Amino acid sequence: MTNTATTTPVQDSPASTRPDGAESDGRPLVELRHVDKHFGDLHVLKDINLTVSKGEVLVVLGPSGSGKSTMCRTINRLETIDSGTILIDGTPLPQEGRELTRLRAEVGMVFQQFNLFANKTIIDNVMLAPVKVRHVSKQDAHDEAMELLARVGVDSQAEKYPAQLSGGQQQRVAIARALAMHPKVMLFDEPTSALDPEMVNEVLDVMLELAGEGMTMICVTHEMGFARKAADRVVFMADGKILETGAPDDFFEHPRTERAKDFLSKIIDH
Amino acid sequence: MEAFLDLFREYDIPGAFWVNIQLTFWGAVISLLLGVILVMMRICPVSSLRGFATAYVEFFKNMPLTIIMVFMVLGMFGQLKLSFSDDFDINFFWLAVTGLALYTASFVCESLRSGINTVPMGQAEACRALGLSFWQSASQVILPQAFRGSVAPMGNTLIALIKNSTVAAAASVTTETSSVMSDMIEFHASQILQIFFIFALGYVILIIPIGLLTTYLSNRLAVRR
Repeated sequence: MTNTATTTPVQDSPASTRPDGAESDGRPLVELRHVDKHFGDLHVLKDINLTVSKGEVLVVLGPSGSGKSTMCRTINRLETIDSGTILIDGTPLPQEGRELTRLRAEVGMVFQQFNLFANKTIIDNVMLAPVKVRHVSKQDAHDEAMELLARVGVDSQAEKYPAQLSGGQQQRVAIARALAMHPKVMLFDEPTSALDPEMVNEVLDVMLELAGEGMTMICVTHEMGFARKAADRVVFMADGKILETGAPDDFFEHPRTERAKDFLSKIIDH
Repeated sequence: MEAFLDLFREYDIPGAFWVNIQLTFWGAVISLLLGVILVMMRICPVSSLRGFATAYVEFFKNMPLTIIMVFMVLGMFGQLKLSFSDDFDINFFWLAVTGLALYTASFVCESLRSGINTVPMGQAEACRALGLSFWQSASQVILPQAFRGSVAPMGNTLIALIKNSTVAAAASVTTETSSVMSDMIEFHASQILQIFFIFALGYVILIIPIGLLTTYLSNRLAVRR
């Protein structure tokens, strides 16, 4: 890592394109070019082209089965692609080995099912990767992990095991665990879909705070409120294709495609 | 009754059991090491290692233990001159341990693999997403959970190993229980029921605590999700 200042989640640049004071300076951080993927006969990603700038918050919407989760997972190669290119901060995503591990460490990921390590305490979950991958000293890793846990409001649970925490708490720990690696970009793969309704907001609050601090975020979510409040841009996917992309207000008020109108009418009618 | 006690005076029955316990102990230690290596090969990203481990497991799992034991003595020692010691008893003991360990390792590998199947895919994905290497993911997250999820099948493998240790007779280990039992029956055919009873009871006493312990441990160590 050459530019440590840009990898920290906190930024305080005066240049601002967002009402919340965060910055989006236009440098492409994640680029997908002509990405195609099949699951057997199923064509799940069809010629996906997408550029996410540094500091941008992108929300990916779409009906289930539209390929939005798959697209999110291709960005750190949890899913391989058949053709096309994915660039992270200008570097093509490596195929295998050390290079890939190094690049993954720069891309934080939060899963629908939290995926906290069940055999480790909360604090050890957060410390593991900094110590093992970044070779941070245990003391420093511990101190920073406690700070991050305090930030997401679960520092009092540090010595417990994941199963002893509520879903909302577990997901906030998962966010802290990803942040501990100082990622350049954070991927959120339906982070609130597995939560009880009363726990959704505590997780969204942490995500809003992160967006406000200028973190580059790609969020696959069904939370329309979050999309309106935090997103710089909304991407609408259906049947493996990106059908629309635009500012959240534009998209929600004036969807252009029938598919998007249909999707929005179905979720807003309730 | 006097004749029954004479059996114990004439033959070193506890000593015979002790030989089987030693065979089991060393067989368990070595097969555990081999089994862990095999299971890591089976889940690793290198396809040639996966193929080798699969071939190993299929070969030894499906091979009768007696054939392996006889091969250790006639093949490895007799033909290939592999020898652990100039002392015949020590040499045959370790040949038997090697045969037991090679055989049992395939079952340890399968038990651990069933344990790995209890670990959700998301655990490995979270490891990869954080930039952990294969080795780091396996040693820090996947195997610790797999061990705890495979206590019961591992206990069964250990029980099978104890009983299989009697096949060491085929590797010319003459001091272990089944060899001693054959001797006793040959010279005291009139007491055949008592002799069977002694050895049957001995194994029941050895094995029941292991069953109880693994049941206790598999509940105690179960990974809470």
